[in-house]
Amino acid sequence: MTWLAWRQFRTQAVAALVLLGAVALTLAVTRPGLASSFQIALHCKGVQACASARSEFFAKDSLLRHLANALALAVPALIGVFWGAPLIARELENGSFRLAWTQSVTRSRWMLVKLGVVGTASMLAAGLFSLAVTWWSSMYDQLQDSPFQQYDSRGIVLIGYAAFAFTLGVALGAILRRTLPAMAATFLVFFAVHITFSTWLRQRLLSPLHATSPFHWTPMGYQLGPPNPADWALGTEVVSPTGHALGQLGQGSLFEGFQIHAGTLIFQGVGACRVKVPAESLRTGNISQAVQQACVASFHLHQVTTYQPASRYWTFQWIELGLFIVLALLLAAASTWWVRRRLP
Amino acid sequence: MSTAVEARGLGKRYRRRWALSDCSVTVPTGHVVGLVGPNGAGKTTLLQLAVGLLVPSSGTIEVFGKPPAEDAGILGRVGFVAQDTPTYSSLSIADHLKLGAHLNPRWDGDTARHRIEKLGLDPAQHAGKLSGGERAQLALTMALAKHPDLLILDEPVASLDPLARREFLQTLMEDVAAHDLGVMLSSHLVADIERVCDYLVVLVDSRVQVSGDVDELLASHHRLVGPRDPGAPPPACQEVIDASHTERQTTLIVRSDGPVVDPAWTIESTSLEDLVLAYMTRGSKSHGTARASVPGAET
Repeated sequence: MTWLAWRQFRTQAVAALVLLGAVALTLAVTRPGLASSFQIALHCKGVQACASARSEFFAKDSLLRHLANALALAVPALIGVFWGAPLIARELENGSFRLAWTQSVTRSRWMLVKLGVVGTASMLAAGLFSLAVTWWSSMYDQLQDSPFQQYDSRGIVLIGYAAFAFTLGVALGAILRRTLPAMAATFLVFFAVHITFSTWLRQRLLSPLHATSPFHWTPMGYQLGPPNPADWALGTEVVSPTGHALGQLGQGSLFEGFQIHAGTLIFQGVGACRVKVPAESLRTGNISQAVQQACVASFHLHQVTTYQPASRYWTFQWIELGLFIVLALLLAAASTWWVRRRLP
Repeated sequence: MSTAVEARGLGKRYRRRWALSDCSVTVPTGHVVGLVGPNGAGKTTLLQLAVGLLVPSSGTIEVFGKPPAEDAGILGRVGFVAQDTPTYSSLSIADHLKLGAHLNPRWDGDTARHRIEKLGLDPAQHAGKLSGGERAQLALTMALAKHPDLLILDEPVASLDPLARREFLQTLMEDVAAHDLGVMLSSHLVADIERVCDYLVVLVDSRVQVSGDVDELLASHHRLVGPRDPGAPPPACQEVIDASHTERQTTLIVRSDGPVVDPAWTIESTSLEDLVLAYMTRGSKSHGTARASVPGAET
């Protein structure tokens, strides 16, 4: 059975190897140039020189960098669409399942071997690809603020995404019984799950930390962010001295400026200033910076930043890999059951 | 005589429509069994249930005393060629034979290669490029090389032209003789059944109308021709299967285990085709489904 699974997969495997080879070659050829530019940016002296060295480094191969990041996002989806969805659907579509399922091999075994061979290849391909991109981008990532910025196109999560996308394609192919609709559905469902994970679920996998600091406000704005720029900031809340939450920073016009209402100066989102304001300013609306800062300071506000520390990066990667592997195993079991009991 | 296939109260439902319902049939081993019936009688459904491609919605079916496709052992004893003779179009003939060797412990590679050679097919040829007849031959080769005890063929010659049909059946019969295996094949063409089968099952609307050894059936059925007389009682001790009338005369197909002696009737032997048509007519009448045309008369 392994022979048949491999024979049917051979062409696709060769195509993937060629693609992977081309990507690896491109990255290997361009990396030395990046490295020299990186050394200049790393050992720069003087603010001006450093800024220009950094921007020069970030401009270098930026198209290739965006392409590699996009491809890293796309690889699991491509595996699901081109390897997963047709695995069963094509057999159902052209009737060859009647040949396959009447050989001396039970359907369960047929399914398990097919899932095993192509599933392993999927994870291997995604892993190798991720390795190449992570290696090539390591210098960029070192100069980036946070590793979480490129979280889902680096590391081991791509292996989990690939396993999930592949089994999702297999299951949808078995249920829909047609290759093209299964491919489209796989693409849509995979990205729906991916987006749900990256925008909503991932930050809830581990309970975040909170950092409290005095509310820094200048006429130029306020200072957002976690203690360490590499941390993953989830939001910053402004809190009154009594512990009353006033609102999130950066949402709407809260804490952004002042209003004059019925002869009093009001700090937006908080209330009337408790400092003396010159009558002249109240009339003209021209309020000095000193008055503004004194007004904000008079409230004794705090800001509480919710964040995931940068040290949790690999914990997140392992948890997410585990979750997607579990999802993939569930989908594999469900599609095996479906093939045994519900088909044709 | 042991049993190859036994169905009891077998039914298969697709959503609301029953493709086969309450079908009971016993097929003995060591025969070439023809399953004949009009389109939609449930022949394909019955055969796919017998190879385990379909799971019964009601009743049971057993092959060599076991549920079909229950394990690899029973799968290995039954060869099957589906109606559309499926193959992998991107694989070559040689690949198909390798596939068979890897997937079947009882695979007979020499038989397969000799058969392909004898058919004049190029092993390097891709299955997608074969003609309908060649593809059917490849599918049959794979089913035969599995070395099955029972070979199930669903409308094996439906897509072939008359010449290819004759060749296909001829090679099939040679292989059956050489390998001593039972065959169950469906067709709506009585002529094909007549050419190769020694056992007959007539299926109309899921019901087995008659089944038995072809020679015995022919010996026990008679064609009676006499003047038309609506008042006359039917010949005694005989079961009238079908009666047809012209203005002056009446033709009966009757079943009788003993010799028929009745001076009022001219007694003739029946052809297999007349016999099958009589049962098909009776079957469709008894189910109240008037059929505009009787398939089986297509030859």
